[in-house]
Amino acid sequence: MTARIGVVTFPGSLDDRDALRAVRVAGGEPVPLWHGDHDLRAVDAVVLPGGFSYGDYLRCGAIARFSPVMTDVVAAAGHGLPVLGICNGFQVLCESHLLPGALIRNAGLHFTCVDQRLRVQNTGTHWTGEYAAGAEIVIPVKNGEGRYVADDATLDELESSGRVVFRYVGGNPNGSLRDIAGICNERGNVVGLMPHPEHAIDALTGPGTDGLAMFVAVLKALVAA
Amino acid sequence: MAKVVVDVMLKPEILDPQGQAIQRALPSLGFDQVSSVRQGKHFELDVTGDDADRVAEQVAQTLLANPVIEDFTVRLAAE
Repeated sequence: MTARIGVVTFPGSLDDRDALRAVRVAGGEPVPLWHGDHDLRAVDAVVLPGGFSYGDYLRCGAIARFSPVMTDVVAAAGHGLPVLGICNGFQVLCESHLLPGALIRNAGLHFTCVDQRLRVQNTGTHWTGEYAAGAEIVIPVKNGEGRYVADDATLDELESSGRVVFRYVGGNPNGSLRDIAGICNERGNVVGLMPHPEHAIDALTGPGTDGLAMFVAVLKALVAA
Repeated sequence: MAKVVVDVMLKPEILDPQGQAIQRALPSLGFDQVSSVRQGKHFELDVTGDDADRVAEQVAQTLLANPVIEDFTVRLAAE
């Protein structure tokens, strides 16, 4: 038995096909989802991919939040559906208030594209159970608006409750507060990160295969549930 | 029909690297007097009905601004 993992395509999504491929390589059944449909096609988990949904008009993720499919994603996430937001998907999750804080223009103003080292801080989420606690992994990060910000009270709450899932190590590519690269909700089913695990599943085209474990982890979590 | 103006600014405590870049460019143009620039967004809405400012307030709260990082003001434009 395997699980059906949906990947939403918004107008302007770039990495939806790579995310679908990562699901397949991990052993799951990839299911394309469309932004304009009120239909999650009975998937067991959802990935919101990277890109520039709706051209990043107004703010990154601001318009995507109100797309028909997001109404269903928000409702299902509230009932425990595993959701992974990558880059633009992370921005959509913050705009949707599934995750706290916001992602704004990089501190240096430059679009950065590097193979980034991350430390896995929380292995208790649906998406990180295959990593060893404190593991360091290399995942490409590529964004212009990836600077994670939140007020101090929110940051303290994220830290004390173990909800900082990934932290940049060996340099902070965008000025994110407290080197935060990814966070999760209280339940741990919703995870957002700026780096792109779907670009690190194949040694031929990525810096390594460290990203594949996120897609494997959710499949195992679903089978175990 | 009323014209309503919504201005959205990053909260004061949020870093504005675009504003900083603009400020840093000014001395080379001879403007040594500008010590800070903050960049924001300006929206002009044509709104029908009697409660245009209230509608614009809701639009700003819901979509135009992200209250996590931004403040906004709403005002009726002069005819």
